[in-house]
Amino acid sequence: MGETLFDKVWAPHVVADLGEDYALLHVDRNMLHDLSGANGLEALEARGLTVHSPDLTFSCPDHAVSSLPGRTATSTPISARLAPALRERAERTGIRHFDVNDPEQGIIHVIGPELGLTLPGLLITCGDSHTSTHGGLGAFAFGVGSSEIAHILATQTIVQKRPDTMRVSFEGALPTGVTPKDMILHLIGLVGTAGGDGFAVEYEGEAVRAMPIEGRLTICNMSIEFGAKIGLIAPDDTTYAYIDGRRFAPKGADWDAALTHWRTLPSAPGARFAREITIDAAKIEPQITWGTSPEHTVGIGGRVPDPASAADANRREAWEKALDYMGLAPGTEMEGVPVDHVFIGSCTNGRLSDLREAAAIATGRKVAEGTTAWVVPGSQAVKRDAETEGLDRVFKEAGFEWREPGCSQCVAANGEVVAPGARAVSTTNRNFVGRQGPGARTHLASPAMAAAAAVTGQITDVRKLGQGG
Amino acid sequence: MTPFTSISGPAAPLMAQNVNTDVIIRIERLANSKAHELAPYAFEAWRYGSDGTPDPDFVLNDPAWQAAPILLAGENFGCGSSREGAVWALNARGIRVVIAPSFGSIFQNNCYQNGTLPVVLPAETVAKFAEIARAQPEAPFTIDLERQVVVPPNGEPLPFQIDRRRREALLRGQDDIAQTLERLEEIAAFQATDRASRPWAHRIVDGDAG
Ligand code: SF4
Repeated sequence: MGETLFDKVWAPHVVADLGEDYALLHVDRNMLHDLSGANGLEALEARGLTVHSPDLTFSCPDHAVSSLPGRTATSTPISARLAPALRERAERTGIRHFDVNDPEQGIIHVIGPELGLTLPGLLITCGDSHTSTHGGLGAFAFGVGSSEIAHILATQTIVQKRPDTMRVSFEGALPTGVTPKDMILHLIGLVGTAGGDGFAVEYEGEAVRAMPIEGRLTICNMSIEFGAKIGLIAPDDTTYAYIDGRRFAPKGADWDAALTHWRTLPSAPGARFAREITIDAAKIEPQITWGTSPEHTVGIGGRVPDPASAADANRREAWEKALDYMGLAPGTEMEGVPVDHVFIGSCTNGRLSDLREAAAIATGRKVAEGTTAWVVPGSQAVKRDAETEGLDRVFKEAGFEWREPGCSQCVAANGEVVAPGARAVSTTNRNFVGRQGPGARTHLASPAMAAAAAVTGQITDVRKLGQGG
Repeated sequence: MTPFTSISGPAAPLMAQNVNTDVIIRIERLANSKAHELAPYAFEAWRYGSDGTPDPDFVLNDPAWQAAPILLAGENFGCGSSREGAVWALNARGIRVVIAPSFGSIFQNNCYQNGTLPVVLPAETVAKFAEIARAQPEAPFTIDLERQVVVPPNGEPLPFQIDRRRREALLRGQDDIAQTLERLEEIAAFQATDRASRPWAHRIVDGDAG
């Protein structure tokens, strides 16, 4: 019986077998952000400990930084406290830090791959549940809590219980107008928010193999939204071509050694998974969520479901609550629901290809009257590249706000909220109650669908719009 | 970390499925407050109506359960973000045990680092406990970690599963760091060997520096 990709990325990291399936694992890259990074370093100091391997640790402020054009580290009160604290502590402990307006600053999960810090087979941790993103390059990456951050800083290791493995195969080719975001939302709708609890999930299949790296990062990003802390995709030539030449990627003999190792990683043909799911990618529609959990998703041609049709009482109650919060009646067609705000960005969909897809829809059109729309690039590099291509002009001419990189309205930690009661289409990953601000109503969708909502002022099937008007 | 041996008290039934950490504690509360100051903000989105007054229907606003040390919850409790503040907010309210059919995995790990006990029991059992709690809100449940049992009011002790490693650490009041610090030599030896076999994982060269 052959080994899975996950078996192969797990094995080289075992420092000690702790019994009962627990292991002490070596952490190859640990990334700190502004919300928990400085605290983690402070907690370490409070226990009289020092950073074990500062050379394997990186930090960058993203969650609480302002996205206002012309922003500085101190543009919001929260950022004023968190960003300088992270910088000072990182500098003091010898951690490489990308500061607020550094040319490499951005959302941690966007800059890791961009900088060549994220590599196949590496164990990567960050105090953020979307660390699963890095699995798009074949990394073994997962989010950790504050105590675990301190543990990693102090020992460069982490205690983990070995998860079961699941394989999700997306067979067939993805139809036009349907994106990786739609694939992962569709999957979450199918298996439910708890469907991946306790699993490390490998994504495979024709639609995944054909997908550029940025889409793979989007898929792995949302693994945690169905409970899987770890999502990963086997590296292939697309992966190696993406990494080659990046700033911190291995060079020379190290590159050759790495490549030899990476080529051994894909799951063996006979590898066994505890759970297998196969999805026909050709049948996936553009998705839009209607409720307050990522599993509350339907194809754009669908309607708001009736709680009376829910499978059990618990679910019925959850749906009722969700519809009450979202201000939607059962049976409402999703298409045509009016939209107040659009947010394009985040570690799910804030990369160059995402902005290109949104810009293709915005070209020659205008943001609808009464709707506001923001574009927040995932990193300084994404912003630079987009500006070189003129995407910023497309967005600005259409009436979108073009802003500075960070998490911004994905999490509303910095005061950048969607107004109470306002309805937003967002390219983010969580439509939880209050996620984008108290009372904010979030519909998750792809960048193209978000742009379509912006220019029509309502939830719209992007396939009906075609490219720029 | 406070050792966990045994807890007795009322159990608040909060039976919604997939309760996420954003709902347990809002992110900007975490950015602005210390862990022990979070009690007023736990479940903020649900505890208050849109006019800002406490919602009398919310279970933790019920006088019987305001000081309940035990929470009965639905499937996948604590899903969503990695924020340990979700556990801190529960602790700040005096909640030391959550009983649910399953947990968000990062949340569950965070519990163990804070002396909080996540107890996994079948959905029907938790639902039965919730019925008992609703019928006799003040009747105490006992969670005894030494004997590894939950004792419902006037009921028989019911065993639950917990990994030995987690149980022992909770009983001793020890988090993972304390245990791993005893292995620093092993870690150094690992890094030396691993550097030879995976040089590219350890040697990070700044391609722009040169
Ligand atoms: S963009 Fe959103 S999901 Fe991603 S790291 Fe930032 S806050 Fe978390």
